[in-house]
Order: sequence, then C-alpha cells, then structure tokens
Amino acid sequence: MYLARVVGTVVAETKYEGLAAQKLLLVQPVDHQRNPNGGLEVAVDTVRAGPGDLVFLVGSREAALALEPSFVPVDAAIVGIVDSV
Amino acid sequence: MILCKVLGPVVSTEKHPAFARLKLLVVQPIDEKGADAGKSFLAVDRAVQAGEGDTVLVLREGTGIRQLFGVPLTGKLPIRSCIVGVVDQVSA
Repeated sequence: MYLARVVGTVVAETKYEGLAAQKLLLVQPVDHQRNPNGGLEVAVDTVRAGPGDLVFLVGSREAALALEPSFVPVDAAIVGIVDSV
Repeated sequence: MILCKVLGPVVSTEKHPAFARLKLLVVQPIDEKGADAGKSFLAVDRAVQAGEGDTVLVLREGTGIRQLFGVPLTGKLPIRSCIVGVVDQVSA
C-alpha cells in the first residue's frame, strides 16, 4: 500500500465491461513528506475521494479485491482518505 | 519479507471496511546497516504493536496475508503488506 495525492479525474468512454461503473482518478504517489514518489497512475476510487485529497492505495492483484462484487480489471485502488501522517 | 523502519502512523477515517480497526504505518525499507533501501510504503500492523523507529519484518504478499488474517484464500481482502515481526537484531 502507498500514499498518493489525487491530481485529477479520468474519463474513458470505451472500456472493459468490468470497469463500467468505476470512477477513475489520476494520482501522484507521494512519500510520507508529500514529495512525489514515482510516476502518475490511474486508480479506481472506492472511498469518494476527490482532486487534492491525500489518499492511500492498494496495488497489484489486491486492488481488484477492494471492489465488489465481480472482477474488475485494475491494478490500483484508492482504499482510504488520509487525515494525517 | 523485507526489513523496514517504521516512520510513523497514518490516520484515516474514511477507508475501505477491510482496514477498520487496523493500525496503518509508513515503513521505509532498509538494508542490514539500517540505511534507506528503496521507497517508503504503507503496511498494516495487526498483532505486533510496532512503533515509530522500530525495525520490523514486513510481508508483502497478499495471499499470505489473507491466510494470516484467516480469510479464505479466494476471499476478498485488499491488503498487500503487513508487519509480521519486530526485529531485535540483524547481523551480516
């Protein structure tokens, strides 16, 4: 899991069936001091985060496990909004 | 598993139900001498009560964590890294 800042939204009209109802956000991974830590990623949101929010994500196979009930083909999911670090 | 140093806690109220009542910590991978070795990331602490400054053992494998948490291996637990021990000493 890792920290990131939400920097934008992503809209994709044509996408795989499992992704249909998912909100996509553009995130910049950051370290605990909020410095950028790697390249931008597109992640599915599960906690109603918005641009500017500091969030934490789960990556890889476990990202799909954050989404219910059917399989969603993602490799990054926002699973929490961070109040403080 | 990898060696990490605990940098501090992450506080979050709005989060996925799988993280309810779990302590979330920022951890920094380190080498055998205690020097930084890679990017910091987040890990949950369910049982070992690690604190800031501790050297810990971190498991980064979702299937192992599902087994550790008693979730069926085909079950849904969106957690990928977990602190599984507090390290007392490393010699290399």
